[in-house]
Amino acid sequence: MTETVLTGTVLTDTVLEVSGLHRSFGAVQAVHDVSFSLARGGSLGIVGESGSGKTTTARIVVGLEHADTGEVRLLGRDRSGPVGRGRRPRLERAREVQMVFQDPFLSLDPRTSVHGVLRETLRLHFPERRADHERRIAELLEQVGLGAREAGALPRQLSGGQRQRVAIARALAVEPAVLVLDEAVAALDVSVQAQILNLLADIRTETGIGYLFITHDLGVVRCVTEDVVVMRHGRIVEAGPTAQVLDDPQHPYTRLLLDSVPRPGWDPKGIAAARRALL
Amino acid sequence: MTIALVRRPGLARIRSDRSWLHLLCLGFLGLVVVLALFAPWLSPHDPNAVDLGNALAGPSGAHPLGVDGSGRDTASRLITGARTSLLGPLGVVVFSTVAGVVVGVAAGWRGGWLDSVLSRSTELVFAFPGLLLALLIVSIYGEGLIAPVVALGVAYLPYVSRLTRSLVLAERSRPYVEAYRVQGHSGLQICLRHVLPNIAPVVLAQSTINFGYALIDLAGLSFLGLGVPALTPDWGRMVFDGESAIQSGYPLCAILPCVAIVLTVVAFNVVGERWADQVARRDR
Repeated sequence: MTETVLTGTVLTDTVLEVSGLHRSFGAVQAVHDVSFSLARGGSLGIVGESGSGKTTTARIVVGLEHADTGEVRLLGRDRSGPVGRGRRPRLERAREVQMVFQDPFLSLDPRTSVHGVLRETLRLHFPERRADHERRIAELLEQVGLGAREAGALPRQLSGGQRQRVAIARALAVEPAVLVLDEAVAALDVSVQAQILNLLADIRTETGIGYLFITHDLGVVRCVTEDVVVMRHGRIVEAGPTAQVLDDPQHPYTRLLLDSVPRPGWDPKGIAAARRALL
Repeated sequence: MTIALVRRPGLARIRSDRSWLHLLCLGFLGLVVVLALFAPWLSPHDPNAVDLGNALAGPSGAHPLGVDGSGRDTASRLITGARTSLLGPLGVVVFSTVAGVVVGVAAGWRGGWLDSVLSRSTELVFAFPGLLLALLIVSIYGEGLIAPVVALGVAYLPYVSRLTRSLVLAERSRPYVEAYRVQGHSGLQICLRHVLPNIAPVVLAQSTINFGYALIDLAGLSFLGLGVPALTPDWGRMVFDGESAIQSGYPLCAILPCVAIVLTVVAFNVVGERWADQVARRDR
């Protein structure tokens, strides 16, 4: 099952292709032979419990971590090595892939206002369109459902959901081909989660951006992804179209994940027993 | 905020959580600074005008705080002395803050061998007590304010650089730094635009406290007759000049500069500590 290569709706137009990724921290094999691909404008979920290697995979994709072996191709270019030195390679890489972090309380500089965050990004990436920045900032804020009132606010004056909207706007400002969302709604309460997920779905239809959705929440996966990869102990145990994997899971671990979601008639003891049996 | 500012043991017990104390200290510092800035217009007499016939006179209408053993007006000397007494520590603090922040940021941000080299070599400075270092340099270069200020600046540098390094290390591991990296900002840009402004308040609070200590050290030096040239009015020098006055039973011209030194140091401590507390509370 580890050699599964996924394709989205269109076979040819692949924006992100990961093959044979390995990464170990000391004796721990965090990522073991992980391969998947993401079509342009597609949405791929990576699910798994804590410690399954999904966040490490995401960090390798955006260049915060390097792979021991294996290849990351973004828009057909090899991005397995470290981000090149100098301005051009840095900006090029940033425009290929952006990331929204798990905790919106920590991923924003506490001293920079919402407007300042977006202006800084636009100035870095589009210095030649300087006259256009104010209009673009307003457009980005509107796109993520924030108003002029929030534009001048510092992160601490905003709620968790609003902060995550700012983080999304900041990532979109770069106009990347792929957006990696690392547990992007996990720190938010359920009703806000739904709002952000709807927002993300809308943005994808508007801009044609591709999502790599890292989450432990199967409900989220069902909501926003077309394909899904299930990871456990750094390996891919199951992969396929989301509806198919969730409705007819083949691997016992996937079934366990599905059973672990609390609902009426839920049996935590049975799940614990099944988990032990799986080990 | 887990990062503690360096304070000397005797002053650690003065709590700064009472706002009236903070306001009082702030007011006192404001007064001292205004007196120092406008000394030539505010001092009632020429601070160096000698009037031996009137030596050791008590407070009177013409001399509200009395005169010293050489017949110089104590009030005028206190006011004019505030200039040198504040200018020296200011030099020490500016030098140690600028150099300490550069060293600390370089060590904390780059890490690796640069961190080892910078940390070890600044710790080497700890081996020399600041006052001894200053004495050494003054004995080589002779009188003058510059030599002891530079010497104390070097002696205070490790306090600032160590604090800065630990703050940068804590700040560097925060997710917003990674977020900026993913955005394509260079390390230098992130460091200058985001990390430095975030750690600045704590570093400045430490520097404010250092100001008080540098004032004590410089006053101590000029009490020993080193550093400040003989005729320049200076609080430490005034205590030294007033020694003989104490022996002849007239302590006012020695006690007043002592009081000025102690109050100013305590005030800087309280204000610096309060400032650090406020920063810590706002961040959480």
